[in-house]
Amino acid sequence: MQRNQCIVSLLVSNHVGVLTRISSLFARRSFNIESLTVGVTQDPSLSRMTIVSWGDEYLRAQIVKQLHKLVDVKKVQLMDQDKIVVRELMMVKIKLEDGCLPEMMQAINAYRANVVDLSPSSIAVEISGEPTKLNAFLHFLSKYEIVEMCRTGPTALGRGSYCLENES
Amino acid sequence: MVMTGAQIVIETLLEHGVDTIFGYPGGSVIHIYDELYKRRNELRHYTTCHEQGAVHAADGYARVTGKPGIVFATSGPGATNLVTGIANAYLDSSPVIAITGNVPTNLLGRDSFQEVDISGITMPITKHNYIVKDIRALADTIHEAFSIACSGRPGPVLIDITKDVQTGTTEYEPSNRPAMRAASPKKLVNIGEKEFEEAARLIQEAERPYIYCGGGVVLSNASEELLAFAEHIDAPIGLSLMGLSAVPYSHPRFLGMVGMHGRYGAIKILHESDLVIAVGTRFSDRAIGNTKEFLRNRKILQIDIDPAEVGKNIEVTLGLYGDAKAVLAALTSRIPPLRHEAWSRVVEDMKAHPDNNLEMDPARFTPQAIIDAVCRRMDDHVVATDVGQHQMWTSQYYRFKKPRTFITSGGLGTMGFGMGAAIGACIGSGKQRTVLFTSDGSFHMNMNEMATAVSNNLPLVVVLLDNNALGMVRQWQTLFFNGRYSHTTLDRKTDYVKLAEAFGAQGYRAKTNEEFERCLDRAFYVQSPVLIECSIDCDARVLPMIPPGGSINDIILK
Repeated sequence: MQRNQCIVSLLVSNHVGVLTRISSLFARRSFNIESLTVGVTQDPSLSRMTIVSWGDEYLRAQIVKQLHKLVDVKKVQLMDQDKIVVRELMMVKIKLEDGCLPEMMQAINAYRANVVDLSPSSIAVEISGEPTKLNAFLHFLSKYEIVEMCRTGPTALGRGSYCLENES
Repeated sequence: MVMTGAQIVIETLLEHGVDTIFGYPGGSVIHIYDELYKRRNELRHYTTCHEQGAVHAADGYARVTGKPGIVFATSGPGATNLVTGIANAYLDSSPVIAITGNVPTNLLGRDSFQEVDISGITMPITKHNYIVKDIRALADTIHEAFSIACSGRPGPVLIDITKDVQTGTTEYEPSNRPAMRAASPKKLVNIGEKEFEEAARLIQEAERPYIYCGGGVVLSNASEELLAFAEHIDAPIGLSLMGLSAVPYSHPRFLGMVGMHGRYGAIKILHESDLVIAVGTRFSDRAIGNTKEFLRNRKILQIDIDPAEVGKNIEVTLGLYGDAKAVLAALTSRIPPLRHEAWSRVVEDMKAHPDNNLEMDPARFTPQAIIDAVCRRMDDHVVATDVGQHQMWTSQYYRFKKPRTFITSGGLGTMGFGMGAAIGACIGSGKQRTVLFTSDGSFHMNMNEMATAVSNNLPLVVVLLDNNALGMVRQWQTLFFNGRYSHTTLDRKTDYVKLAEAFGAQGYRAKTNEEFERCLDRAFYVQSPVLIECSIDCDARVLPMIPPGGSINDIILK
């Protein structure tokens, strides 16, 4: 985790243009976005976003306050990183070289990753977990040739009673 | 009742008590205008010369009345012409509701004739905006727009309505109108007991308190509470540009404007205070200059309805979130009356300080003499300005008596704001005499609206300070660019008297104080638009001046 990194969770209206409103707010106020994930919730009118950003105390406070002003933002919270579960999904396609498959399979098992595609020339793997675990797996793969890869960016959920607080 | 979308637009506006609309018709709003025609006895629409004039008029109207200003424009260029005006309203927290038409939903995204994504364009300059593509959402959207524009910190809202929504039909039952208008429950104060105690402690511990207010005090109609509070805690008041008119110019608590061209005493006393109580102000860079100097040796208690403003531009000791009127009243009731005799003496002495009383030569035809002459004839009527030197001179010399009588573009600094704004302000004040101070630079931007003033026979007096230059930029070029007057000498050959006459207004010219008085005699006699051209020295400067990012130590006095 980078110093000053923060995770902001939001509940937002689930309609067109909301993502633009959020990202344009970050752009025009010079806030950083490291990653942003979004998906619909159990209430189809609401989406939940997890934004990973960084900045000092001033910026973190401004991010929350400015987001709060957007009409489409129903809830916004700076997550306490000790009280949340963070997960990220990554898929990597690696070029298969002669004889490398057994070692690779060992690593895939050790990291609890899954093979999602296998072709004569490449293997595709999915792995989910904390971003640091994904980084470690990538580091292991650095000795092979990565054909292509994609990461979702972290998404986060509070543990136990720690939820996006209700404010009615 | 089955209604068309266009009918719903008009019905919902009437439900919110709207009786005045500014705008410009066009193909994508023709159905709304058709409904407007049918309801012309209930809704007065003012057609301007350009949509920018209309949105500035709606803004000026909103500032004078405290009610939302409504502006209509068609799709495409009609909508984009609103952009500057919407940004202006956003920066000055003015409740403007812009309603634009757009092409039919099935033509959206195809670069159709006069199609533009105005909700996309105005996203960063509106409090919120909508594109309505489903008629069932139309009425709720308009109601919500009113609530958003007027609640909390006011601001502009844009509603883009596709043509098929305007022509389509749905069930709609207009609700009881007076009830609709009254229904705006607001949480006025969001302050815990602990914060109140902390604030009371800060104020009671202060030996040299200073109250610094901005436009929020005007917006929340908090003038009375502000003066009571100032009296109660025995503190002087300084105002930002946007705060002007919140307290009468002649009030003994009032020191003047704070900022780049603020009054010496108002700034100096602020820098000698040990506590600044900031109310409804966002510490704009133009008001504060050097933030380190501003903060040196003093605590800041900031009161604002918008939590994002607290601590945004400067670090504050404590922030209180709430409506200025409610918070000031609450603080007054929680604190025992205070007296600061030594501090009051310092404040009183400062009022007599020569640097606090910069005067232009009264024998000459100066901006101060012009503004004074107008001021003497005005009761508490509305004064609007454009942007530049004349705006600063007005803010320095005009003796405002009543809140909401100073209409100026503060945050965005929009040259060309004045004509439209003055028209809207004049209409908002019940077509009472309104004065616009403008300049050759600003006036040339939107002078077309002179025609609007004439069409509606408005008692508008346009006082044009002609220095044949873009004076404020020229002043900077004099001070900071060694007199390299790059493209600020205008050399226009415009004959303003003939121009005014061509528009159907009356035009006068003054080169001396005596001539100006005679012009004013006539201008204040007629009930129709008048333009008075006043030739002033192109090297007249706005003083004092604190250079950008500077402090009181850098103040330029002559």
